[in-house]
Amino acid sequence: MFILSSVMPNDLIGAAFYLADRYASLFLYGIRNTLLIALTSTIIGIFLGLGVGILKSIPIVNDDPTWKKILIKIVKLISGIYVEVFRGTPMMVQAMFIFYSFLGFFKMIPILGSYRLTAGIFIVSINTGAYMAEIVRAGIQSLDKGQNEAARSIGMSNYQTMVHIILPQAIKNAFPAIGNEFIVNIKDTSVLNVIGITELFYQTNSVAGTTYNFKSAFLLTAVIYLFLTYSTTMILKFIEKKMQMPISGGPSSTTTPILVTHYKGGK
Amino acid sequence: MLIEIKNLKKSFDKATVLKDISMTVSEGEVVSIIGSSGSGKSTLLRCINLLEHYQGGDILFEGHNILKYPDGLNQYRTHVGMIFQSFNLFNNLSVLDNCVIGQVKVLKKSKAEAETLALSYLDKVGLSNFVKASVSTLSGGQKQRVAIARTLCMEPKVMLFDEPTSALDPEMVGEVLQVIQSLAKEHRTMIIVTHEMSFAKEVSDRVIFMDAGVICEEGKPEIIFNQPTQTRTKEFLSRFIQ
Repeated sequence: MFILSSVMPNDLIGAAFYLADRYASLFLYGIRNTLLIALTSTIIGIFLGLGVGILKSIPIVNDDPTWKKILIKIVKLISGIYVEVFRGTPMMVQAMFIFYSFLGFFKMIPILGSYRLTAGIFIVSINTGAYMAEIVRAGIQSLDKGQNEAARSIGMSNYQTMVHIILPQAIKNAFPAIGNEFIVNIKDTSVLNVIGITELFYQTNSVAGTTYNFKSAFLLTAVIYLFLTYSTTMILKFIEKKMQMPISGGPSSTTTPILVTHYKGGK
Repeated sequence: MLIEIKNLKKSFDKATVLKDISMTVSEGEVVSIIGSSGSGKSTLLRCINLLEHYQGGDILFEGHNILKYPDGLNQYRTHVGMIFQSFNLFNNLSVLDNCVIGQVKVLKKSKAEAETLALSYLDKVGLSNFVKASVSTLSGGQKQRVAIARTLCMEPKVMLFDEPTSALDPEMVGEVLQVIQSLAKEHRTMIIVTHEMSFAKEVSDRVIFMDAGVICEEGKPEIIFNQPTQTRTKEFLSRFIQ
């Protein structure tokens, strides 16, 4: 692709070019799987996180009947455990445990002919969902409570308020953090090599093992990862700009700070 | 009688904010509630809209207990419009959509019908040129006028104003008070919690002075402002007259 040398050069960079040329199809296959898992899992994770994040944001109102209070508490407890477990253990450990626990299930629904890909997407999705849940919850709670009150005061139901008023703003505020999860996923799919998924890290390891040139192989892969994450960052920044919001703003930013500063609370 | 409040009691944890409030508001009446911060004025207003839940007493709206309103809580709230101190416009929606969403989602009107009404009320508050604007580009006074239009669009039977000008720069207070005054002239039923004494005096049919969670004194504005009988009322008003 780059050079037509039949022998691997001795220098670090020259050898990296040689590997890129000689094993291009292996690397491209790895890149495809890495991006496939990262993108699909981030999207599934967003929906999972939305669901769990909304559940975690339900307020317990004193006037609710007891059964409703208990139900909300149970739901909150379960979603809390989910978030804590998946944020508090390494994804590599989760991958091993889930892969071998549900092997039969994954084998039933292979993706692109590979049940390992199914497992990979499954694992990264639930892991991302746990982080997204916290991002969504923070995004919802960062909104001025007046938004909710105004919607309720014109007679909108809890559901209508959430769908039409709260979520659009929460997601917009949380967008940088959501995008960041995607970038993290591009890198973190590398741990899936432990369950034999042929993503970029796994492929690099194979090439390095075959050629005994670990330095050049992993230098090349570092550059590939950097290229993937950097171009993703650029695309996300472009979208953020389109959404007209502060580039570095996290979930805690509010679109109009004036509402917060002037709000003195109910007296 | 449009609104009848009987022995209303409200506390936040251990702090009692409303102690045995009883009052009535009849149709077409403009009632102002004055009093120092922490006297329970805003809480009273928020109880009427059920943004706060109360522990004792009853609020009747057209004779119905609002907690058991026949068409449900959300339908009740459409009859009781609320204007907030901090405007609380929906930041994700344009000026027009702020006025349309409630009509479409809650009153189930068609979009075209809702927009026509929204445009007429935005025109009424003097903002017909800002229909497509994003709310973040508006000044405080403009925001509050949109908030009033948003509430008017629901065609409520009573409008509750919770210190509508307290978050505004002084030069913007006038434009908002003017709008409220024009509504008062149409004999809309309104309850206004305010610190604008001269406005309250001018616009109200009745003034209520609240102190430490109770209604201390109420009456016609001329009486409350010129010949108050209670010592607390005199003390409170003397600070404004200086």
